[in-house]
Amino acid sequence: MSSQLKPAVNERDHLQGAASAPIEIVEYGDFQCPHCGAAYPVIKKMQEVFGDQIKFIFRNFPLSESHQYAKIAALAAEAAGLQGKYWEMHDAIYENQGQLNDGLLYELAQNLGLDEQQFEQDLQSTALNEKVEADFESGMRSGVSGTPSFFVNGQKFDGGAEDLYDMLKDSAE
Amino acid sequence: MLEKGTKAPDFKLFAAPDKSVSLTDFKGKNLILAFYPADWSPVCSDQMALYNEMLKYFAKYDAEILGVSVDGKWCHKAFSESRNLHFSLVADFEPKGEVSKKYGVYNEEEGRSDRALFVIDKEGTIAWSYLSPAAVNPGADGILDALESLTRNNA
Repeated sequence: MSSQLKPAVNERDHLQGAASAPIEIVEYGDFQCPHCGAAYPVIKKMQEVFGDQIKFIFRNFPLSESHQYAKIAALAAEAAGLQGKYWEMHDAIYENQGQLNDGLLYELAQNLGLDEQQFEQDLQSTALNEKVEADFESGMRSGVSGTPSFFVNGQKFDGGAEDLYDMLKDSAE
Repeated sequence: MLEKGTKAPDFKLFAAPDKSVSLTDFKGKNLILAFYPADWSPVCSDQMALYNEMLKYFAKYDAEILGVSVDGKWCHKAFSESRNLHFSLVADFEPKGEVSKKYGVYNEEEGRSDRALFVIDKEGTIAWSYLSPAAVNPGADGILDALESLTRNNA
């Protein structure tokens, strides 16, 4: 099947690291998926080890029928993003994945000092819902078959976060 | 395996303990047939669960989906309920694997269907088919590309 990231990383994406970094890693993830939760610290380690060599992009792929809080969590991260705290919320959700529910998301929003009324309003917004759905559809188009799925420089990576870390380590040597 | 341009063989299979479906029921709609080895695959993001998330995107292309395996109708019912599936799984159970064989996607050695995808157009002709390695979840990009080109051709 096709293994190309569609569409390519663009201004609608959340990007961590230097835009000019030579290695681009895109994760399609679900905030409630335990495999994504396990991948989270591995990505952190990767970012620490490879520093400005990599940039990391997260796209939403909520499996809402299996994970009841996946969609609302994706919306919460996007809503926090509107207030300039996307990655803070992204990290906070994964760090507290075991307790994920609606209440946790509001609590995290409060901890991050978000304007709570605005946050709540944005959770309901059509535009954010469309953003999450567009991410999901791009994942379908790109051949995502489960979460997490990774793309390295636009090509689907056949393996999990640990495999990706090993691959980067090997190619750096 | 049957290829693009072939007339899709008709079938009549149980989709629930008291209900059967046939290919002709889908005339006028695009139909995705997803043959798969067995219910109760252990991974949480398995192929049927993935398609379950995609129904509204398939609907945009006027397409419905059926999962097909040799598991019996009560097995399908339990599996479908446990995964909260909103589309039908049909039982290629008696005679075992008959429809899979007609579509050329039956594994005699293991006594089960291969992991294979077909997109059938509104007139009942196969528009696209794909055989996936049994251990690999093929995702949905091929399905979407096929549906998109069908929609474009009809426009």
